Amino acid sequence: MVTAHSHVVRPVTISFSEEISPGIYLFGFERDFDFLAGQVIGIALEEEGPRRLYSICSGEEDPQVQILYNVIEEGYLTPRLAGLEQGEPIWITEPRGSFTGIPGPAVWVAAGTGIAPFYAMFRSGLSNQKTLIHGSRYLDQFYFFDEFSRDLGSRYIRCCSAEEEGSVYHGRVTGFLQEAEFLDPEVKYYLCGSAEMVVETRDVLIGRGIPFERITSEIYF
Amino acid sequence: MKEKLFGKTLPELTLITRELGLPLYAAKQLAEWLYHQRISSLDEMTNISKKSRALLGESYEVGIHPPVSVQESSDGTRKYLFEPRPGKYIETAYIPDGNRSTVCVSSQVGCKMGCLFCMTGKQGFQGNLTAGEILNQFRSLPEWEHLTNIVYMGMGEPLDNLEAVLNSIEILTSPWGYGLSPRRITVSTIGLTPAIREFLDHSEAHLAVSLHTPFDEEREQLMPVQKVYPLKEVLEQIRSWDFGRQRRVSFEYIVFKGFNDSPEHVRELARILNGIRCRINLIRFHPIPDTPLESPDESTLQSFRENLVKKGIRTTIRASRGEDIYAACGLLSTRQLVKKRN
Repeated sequence: MVTAHSHVVRPVTISFSEEISPGIYLFGFERDFDFLAGQVIGIALEEEGPRRLYSICSGEEDPQVQILYNVIEEGYLTPRLAGLEQGEPIWITEPRGSFTGIPGPAVWVAAGTGIAPFYAMFRSGLSNQKTLIHGSRYLDQFYFFDEFSRDLGSRYIRCCSAEEEGSVYHGRVTGFLQEAEFLDPEVKYYLCGSAEMVVETRDVLIGRGIPFERITSEIYF
Repeated sequence: MKEKLFGKTLPELTLITRELGLPLYAAKQLAEWLYHQRISSLDEMTNISKKSRALLGESYEVGIHPPVSVQESSDGTRKYLFEPRPGKYIETAYIPDGNRSTVCVSSQVGCKMGCLFCMTGKQGFQGNLTAGEILNQFRSLPEWEHLTNIVYMGMGEPLDNLEAVLNSIEILTSPWGYGLSPRRITVSTIGLTPAIREFLDHSEAHLAVSLHTPFDEEREQLMPVQKVYPLKEVLEQIRSWDFGRQRRVSFEYIVFKGFNDSPEHVRELARILNGIRCRINLIRFHPIPDTPLESPDESTLQSFRENLVKKGIRTTIRASRGEDIYAACGLLSTRQLVKKRN
């Protein structure tokens, strides 16, 4: 997330907000603009208030724009966002960013709420020939599990670091990538998560022979 | 835990004195002791009454801390390691050069930006420094009274911690603070466009922008921020700002062998920087562990500079300093962090 003070803002009305996992929220508002799956928007509680950038977590044609976030207890914005209810206003900027989906083969690697841009790409019909590797700490943090597992099948890989379950890789995404038998050096790798996750994952991929030109990253600035 | 007074601006000190019911002039007295005198405890503030000092001491401390270690290079560069909070390490470099003595300060513990060439990024982001923690890197150096220049080019992205950085600059440049000229201060940024505008609006210090390649696709590979705040927007913002004759904008350009040192790069740099009164600082890349990028040889670096100069761009090569003491920012603190974790 980066502060986004100078971009055009306008109010929208929250149409739903729910805690989908402890400390993890999803909220939405009516979509009245176009964007590219993978882009971000700035969000503020007041017109002149501090803004943060979030990846849009819904499809380009979906009627609602959704935002997925985790509450940072010591943060300014997210504890207040979590208290908002249907019908209350927030302020948004125009969408921006070029971490956008491509139609060809690629590997999507996400940690935690870093799944948001990939869900947007998935909902926008860009999941063909994609492998999704999602890492989380707990089993109940694999958001949109039903949709991903139904459509991606074996191309949907879950990595859980703190809990174990049969088909889930026990460990972090970096561990999975380190142990993977084959990583295709010809496809593009999309990474989204914290700075530490992105940097570590990028190092693992480069160490496994993936040219850095094929790695593209989105960090929670 | 007591709050630190060091790093508070005069308006903040005024608020504190008002809340504690101290005389109105006490804020200026505090600033005088904090920023003009060599003190390390409230008891040394002898023109403030014992009663007022006791009242202050219930919630506040001075908050100046020495570095935990130092390494000295054969070229005189010193690398200081600070531990502003338990288990959190930052680095500060003291770089003497003839009549100039520069201190390079950190603004964050770790960094969020994740640049491919940067060692600090490998630590992840561990927190913002306060204005006091930034200034402490200047004030608690043994050489602090001889420092002529301050550059915000250490660990972290300064404009991602804008409020603390601006407060620290206010203290450095105000008459009630250190009274330095803002022309002796340079803040470096990766190019967070909204924060650049705020920085330019609220300070007089010089601006340095990390450029590293003029081509968008290459810059995305090096710096994830390019996907959100593209260089084109950064340059538009710089073009729209009147820097006047005294304020300077420069571009940092780390040269990587065979990646960003071609004639095409020279041509494109000349094109995108056309109309901007600026300087390019070429920096030789110093390899970090596991990096796919390589350091250029001396002749390539020199000819790249000459070709930029021929295009009318003022270009300098930054002298490599402290190569024998982990001078690449982030190496020393990462080693310390790993040691602590183990």
